[in-house]
Amino acid sequence: MLIPHPLLGLRDAQEFTYLGDAALLNRPDPAAGEAAFADYVYLRDNPASVHRELWFHEQGDRSWLVVTRNTLTHEILGAELARDVKLGGTA
Amino acid sequence: MSRLDLSQSRDALIDRNRPLSFTFDGRPYQGFAGDTLASALMANGVQLVGRSFKYHRPRGIFSAGSEEPNALVTLRSGARAEPNTRATMVELFDGLEAGSQNHVGGLKHDLMAVNDLAAPFLSAGFYYKTFMWPRAFWEKLYEPAIRRAAGLGKLSMQADPDSYDRGYLHPDLLVIGAGAAGLMAALTAARAGAEVVLADEDARMGGRLLAEGGLLDGAPATQWVAQVLDELAALPNVRLMPRTTVFGVYDHGIYGAVERVSDHLPTPGTRVRQTLWRITAKRAIMATGATERHIPFADNDRPGVLLSGSLRAYANRWGVTPQARATDPVLIFTNNDDGHRTAQSLLARGVPLAGVVDSRSGARSLGEYTTHAGAMVTGTKGRHGLRRVQIRTADGRDSWIPCGVLGVAGGWNPNVQLASHHRGRPVWDRERLTFLPGPDGPAGLIPAGAACGHGSTIAALADGRRAAQTALAQLDRTATAPALPQAEEEPSAIAALWHVPGKRRAWVDLQNDVTVKDIKLSHQENMRSVEHMKRWTTLGMATDQGKTSNVTALAVMAELTGNGIARTGTTVFRPPYTPVALSVLGGGDTGANFRPRRLTPTHHWAEANGATFVEVGQWMRAQWYAQSGETHWRQSVDREARAVRSAVGLCDVTTLGKIDVQGPDAATFLDRIYANTISTLKPGRVRYGLMLREDGFVYDDGTCACLGDGHYVVTTTTGNAGLVFQRMEFARQCLWPELDVTLISTTDAWAQIAVAGPKSRALLERVVDGVDLSNDAFPFMACAALTVCGGLPARLFRISFSGELAYELAVPARYGHALMERLMERGADLGVTPYGTEALAVLRIEKGHAAGAELNGQTTAAMLGLGRMVSAKKDAIGAVMSRREGLAGDSRRLVGLQPVDPAGKLPAGAHLFAEGVAQGLATDEGWITSACYSPHVESYIALGFLDRGDQRLGEVIRCANPLEGQDIPARVVPAHFVDPEGGRLRD
Repeated sequence: MLIPHPLLGLRDAQEFTYLGDAALLNRPDPAAGEAAFADYVYLRDNPASVHRELWFHEQGDRSWLVVTRNTLTHEILGAELARDVKLGGTA
Repeated sequence: MSRLDLSQSRDALIDRNRPLSFTFDGRPYQGFAGDTLASALMANGVQLVGRSFKYHRPRGIFSAGSEEPNALVTLRSGARAEPNTRATMVELFDGLEAGSQNHVGGLKHDLMAVNDLAAPFLSAGFYYKTFMWPRAFWEKLYEPAIRRAAGLGKLSMQADPDSYDRGYLHPDLLVIGAGAAGLMAALTAARAGAEVVLADEDARMGGRLLAEGGLLDGAPATQWVAQVLDELAALPNVRLMPRTTVFGVYDHGIYGAVERVSDHLPTPGTRVRQTLWRITAKRAIMATGATERHIPFADNDRPGVLLSGSLRAYANRWGVTPQARATDPVLIFTNNDDGHRTAQSLLARGVPLAGVVDSRSGARSLGEYTTHAGAMVTGTKGRHGLRRVQIRTADGRDSWIPCGVLGVAGGWNPNVQLASHHRGRPVWDRERLTFLPGPDGPAGLIPAGAACGHGSTIAALADGRRAAQTALAQLDRTATAPALPQAEEEPSAIAALWHVPGKRRAWVDLQNDVTVKDIKLSHQENMRSVEHMKRWTTLGMATDQGKTSNVTALAVMAELTGNGIARTGTTVFRPPYTPVALSVLGGGDTGANFRPRRLTPTHHWAEANGATFVEVGQWMRAQWYAQSGETHWRQSVDREARAVRSAVGLCDVTTLGKIDVQGPDAATFLDRIYANTISTLKPGRVRYGLMLREDGFVYDDGTCACLGDGHYVVTTTTGNAGLVFQRMEFARQCLWPELDVTLISTTDAWAQIAVAGPKSRALLERVVDGVDLSNDAFPFMACAALTVCGGLPARLFRISFSGELAYELAVPARYGHALMERLMERGADLGVTPYGTEALAVLRIEKGHAAGAELNGQTTAAMLGLGRMVSAKKDAIGAVMSRREGLAGDSRRLVGLQPVDPAGKLPAGAHLFAEGVAQGLATDEGWITSACYSPHVESYIALGFLDRGDQRLGEVIRCANPLEGQDIPARVVPAHFVDPEGGRLRD
């Protein structure tokens, strides 16, 4: 697979490590309590279609990316710096 | 001998001036340069080359390419012996040794041939039906017996002596297959300036153009092939890759290919044997050609029965025919015009022809030979080689025709496999009676030529050019069209004939011994889906993946269901296209190259000083340093541990992860990373830090040193160095990007040496440049950036893992070796002693410090006795979940254990039980995490987690290790075997 790194262009997926659902960006407020954290830590959607997910460019510039991938076709629809996504307030 | 004489085959692509000697089953033979093992065997009149998988039927060469189902041989001997090699793909070299497979006794008199008599019991699904009961026999009796009886070649069981490599290519266009379509595509794209890779599985490029004996521009087609290859080879933007099989299509235009770099040589010498290529192509053209199919009829598996197009290829390219005797006539059985082209080729080369049996009633001869129109082949004779063929003529009469070879032409199947690798479904073409690549194949892969139904030379050339122009247009490049060479028209009319009905067995899948009857039986037994039929009969599941059988089997099945072929569908194709050796997939990553080996800055010093090394992750660490006279590792380790407690020791701790954290918000950031508070740490001070996972369990521990305002150095355990850094980057970029902080890993930048023991200060005072190391000036948990040895920048941390007065001294990595030497030299009179990881472990167990075994991902801060470190005043990763019910309530605590019998041992991993209880899961109260012999205590000691352990000091409990029948009484003690008050490390 090739991942279109927003700064470095197309990079081979072998350079990255995979984390999972980009919902991990949305860490609950500590006041939200255990139930919110249990949901955050343990529950993931598993969509058979478009999925936003976190990849770490470990063998590269160490950027965390939010990659949008179709889990049925492996087509990659886009990649953004996770930092930008988080600061932009959407994940 | 069946080599055609020179007058009939001057144009054959073999070099008669270069004879090569080889052996088959120990007998010496001769061939020529340019031969394959298959063509050379034919030239020597060898028809019988192997035994079939299940029935041990005698088998001969069936094809001329990678689709070969029968002629599997073991190549070479000793450690280089390679089983299941297709003789049709083996280039002959001088001294080649080959042997037949799957027989007991000689090939000609295989004792296992009795299996053929048992055929009525070995029908489809017999494994599932016969070996059901009793269950205990599955693994002990049935499977070994089946494995011995049925099978392929045997492995040498020796280590592979050859090396392998891996390579990466990034062309604009990958052209897969160098036949008419592939060559024309490559030429079109190359002239337009595109970066082109042209790969072909054959040693010689040209595809069927080498096999047809036709003319292009009025000259032999091989001349045109040579011209095109010369032009391509001279272009800097083209890479020609013969002997390279593209075996799989992967996501986003990535293609896997194996180049057989040295398989055509007796040994690779200094070269690699094979290279695994990962080709990332903007576009690819699938010019993979087509594979001929046969027509099953009674006893169609005899040596001497082969594909008609292959027969033509052997005659035209190699100047051979497969008869046992050159005078034996050849018969052709066909349902289409292509069979007649073989007849023409053979006639032109003076091969005796018995005629053509054409199932089409209106068929006519295309030359001076007899055509039996409307006739079919209904049987054969000849145990070890074909002798006679029975035909039924249009008017229903049976007759026997003497012949030594029968070529079967059932039409051509486009090689659609690669286009189906992303679950692309081929579509049925009613007119051509073939499957064509479907529209849902891999993105960027463009089928061309015979692979998409344009099988005639003219059509393939034009289609290759079209495909290249399409590919370049998609890349926003224009290609002018090179002129096509003039070629003859080739008739290609076909009428469906999928098998000849009859009572005797008619083979569909030759390699896995699947007959028409088996397919019928599987249908009767309700295996209605293709995938079920395939698994019930094992059709298409052999090493050839059914290249010559799949479509025929589908057609037979479609006939049974009455659904038609289009609705019957195909099975799924997956990589690899042809078998790939596991060695080349490893790409040389074996033995010492399996993963990178990281050496510490003092590695060579340690080597020279008698160190034994241990792998810790990728690192090689000194485990102990044996001195002369020490015969057991424990002697070395005990001596090293004692030296640290009584004098001073040196240990390379470079491998611990070091992360440099800087920025105005560094303190805030670290407060969220660590469970405890860091923001109150003053410059020049170090604090122990505990990291949790977000689920509340302990993740890692280490120290955090504040070198100045907004500048910290975090250390991690050796094993977690990479992961902690990754996680901190996650926190920085994904959780709190608003914080102004940067991270960099400096693990490899600094050599760090632990200087531990009561005399450590005395030693350091001799190397540090003018810094007061007195307890007041540089107390426990102090740190400083300073210089050593007269100006070398260094960092000094007063931290202790051993419990003694101790420091860690860091210098730029390239000075690590020199620093070690300097410390050894300056400390000689102090008794300075290098120590390894074993003594390090003994010292930390004696002190009760947690390490990997205690931080195994299943333990909480409270269990480690560190519950109060988890600050409730701030947010940090894992803080909320660490307080949840259940986790917070875990009452196991870290304790020390000492055997009641001072001479007794305590095994790590043992489980802990109260005295007198029945030992089991319900009564399990914990486990031993670490154990060692303590030279300080002078007995075995251990650390472990015990339920309510903090309240059970003095109690005797049981350490059970049922695996070795151990049940050892031990006393619960505090987890500090030395200096529980901590006076030593503070003075």
